[in-house]
Amino acid sequence: MNVTTRPEIVPAVPPATLDIARIREDFPILRQTVRGKPLVFLDSAASAQKPRVVIDAMRDAMEHQYANVHRGLHWMSERTTDAYEAARDAVAALLNAPDRNEIVITRNITESLNLMAHSYGRGVLRGDQAVLISAMEHHSNIVPWQLLRADRGIELRVAPITDAGELDMDAFEALLADGKVGLVSITHMSNVLGTYTPAQRIVQIAHAHGAKVLFDGAQATVHRRVDVQALGCDFYAFTGHKLYGPTGIGVLWGRRELLEAMPPFLGGGEMISSVTYARSTWAQVPHKFEAGTPPILEGIGLKAAIDYVQSIGYDAIAAHEAALTDHALARLGALEGVNILGRAQDRGGVVSFTVDRAHAHDVATLLDRQGIAVRAGHHCAEPLMHRFGLESTARASFALYTTREEIDFLADTLARVREFFT
Amino acid sequence: MSDTTFDDLRDLYQEVILDHGRRPRHAGRLAAFDATAKGDNPLCGDRVQVFVKYAPDGSIAETSFDARGCAISVASADLMAEVVAGRTKADTAALFAAFRELARTGACPDCAASLQPALERLAPLAGVHEYPSRVKCATLPWHALSAALEGRGEASSEGGAS
Repeated sequence: MNVTTRPEIVPAVPPATLDIARIREDFPILRQTVRGKPLVFLDSAASAQKPRVVIDAMRDAMEHQYANVHRGLHWMSERTTDAYEAARDAVAALLNAPDRNEIVITRNITESLNLMAHSYGRGVLRGDQAVLISAMEHHSNIVPWQLLRADRGIELRVAPITDAGELDMDAFEALLADGKVGLVSITHMSNVLGTYTPAQRIVQIAHAHGAKVLFDGAQATVHRRVDVQALGCDFYAFTGHKLYGPTGIGVLWGRRELLEAMPPFLGGGEMISSVTYARSTWAQVPHKFEAGTPPILEGIGLKAAIDYVQSIGYDAIAAHEAALTDHALARLGALEGVNILGRAQDRGGVVSFTVDRAHAHDVATLLDRQGIAVRAGHHCAEPLMHRFGLESTARASFALYTTREEIDFLADTLARVREFFT
Repeated sequence: MSDTTFDDLRDLYQEVILDHGRRPRHAGRLAAFDATAKGDNPLCGDRVQVFVKYAPDGSIAETSFDARGCAISVASADLMAEVVAGRTKADTAALFAAFRELARTGACPDCAASLQPALERLAPLAGVHEYPSRVKCATLPWHALSAALEGRGEASSEGGAS
């Protein structure tokens, strides 16, 4: 969808609006009750709910058109291969990747990042180089690099963030200054703070210092259109289940020449060209990185999810979620004893908070009793928690099906949680 | 409180839990102790360290704890310190087994009569059995205590163990 607005006109309403009531009809689970209360699902950043089109696409495949892919010389296999490979096209279009063969299908984004640490880290980077991450990474963008460090002696650098939860760009650039950083692996949107990192600037600075850039787009792809060519990055990873698709499928996009220079990750069927006991040769990119039977049904589901998101349009989704986030920050921010973590200027639909005198787990349990699902804990980002002197927070996260009324209910209930623990 | 929003949570957050969670009586490191161990629930970040001082006969004279965790885990640690004082190691192990049963199922009908007074004191924590993800909050301090009594430095309540 193309929406043009003249810059001098500030629209009173978002340029594109969602018919939330109709969208909620698309998600069967949202009609469920929890503990006798309507489900208020504010944990979509952990995993999003699935629209009926995704459920139907996967069920239809199992009922009518399913076989293993890429190998059967029969009708079912050929048709299933087409359906599965259509996911690769959908992902390429989603990311505006120049070449569908640059889309590597993985099991989840954690596998995508481990693939990078293994194949790029061990196969391309040298032991005297460094990998630069930020202080707001998910564990899955920390631990693979620690394993690489233990294995190859590579240095792991961490770019600090400000108290507002934004990347400290001066410090970031300083950490690249000696030219030792071969790869910047960094979140595009924090799963805890909601912060969008300034992706284009990151790429410009990193490239100027000879480093490639990999973005962890697990959160970002859900909320905004991602164009890897506009970003100018070298690699981009995301996961299907946060984008309204099934679990068990992730994506790594990389520039073709970079993927071709990387050795395989896992070995097995699908990823070979020929095998003898003396030696094996590898399939072309991307199949070189896709050992074993791929996530066939999940690919079919992911394509349906991407089609669904595209049919609604990122302009409308982003406007809706920005309005929700502003509303949540206003309502929760006005509650005495409720403290919001992260005040980035550019942020997405994730709000982490603490409640005075109440542990996040107790908060989550009380909210759950009212049917409100939030995440509580360290959000797989322990170093970030420690950066702010915390062990845990509660986190409300929003999706295209989230309503303003749900956020009001959260705020009203939080006010009572506060009384409960006072 | 006149607010009825969380009335159905009073089974989990009984006043004794809120009270001991807020104002634990046995928090802090003992000035002198004979054994200590840490308990860690990496899934949620809860941490507790238990300190034990033995009596000359080898029974538990006194325990205390340092905890970073929710109301349930702090209250459980505090009530634990109360009920294990004066007990032998074997008796404490039996009480832990009984408490695990209480936390998992809400009752311990087959528990020894000799444990009943202590279990009555711990009964306010039985409400966690309706919240499977919270059972570990209640049992974490006990895991740490048994690690201390067995001379292990660390206990974890991750995964299936609770």
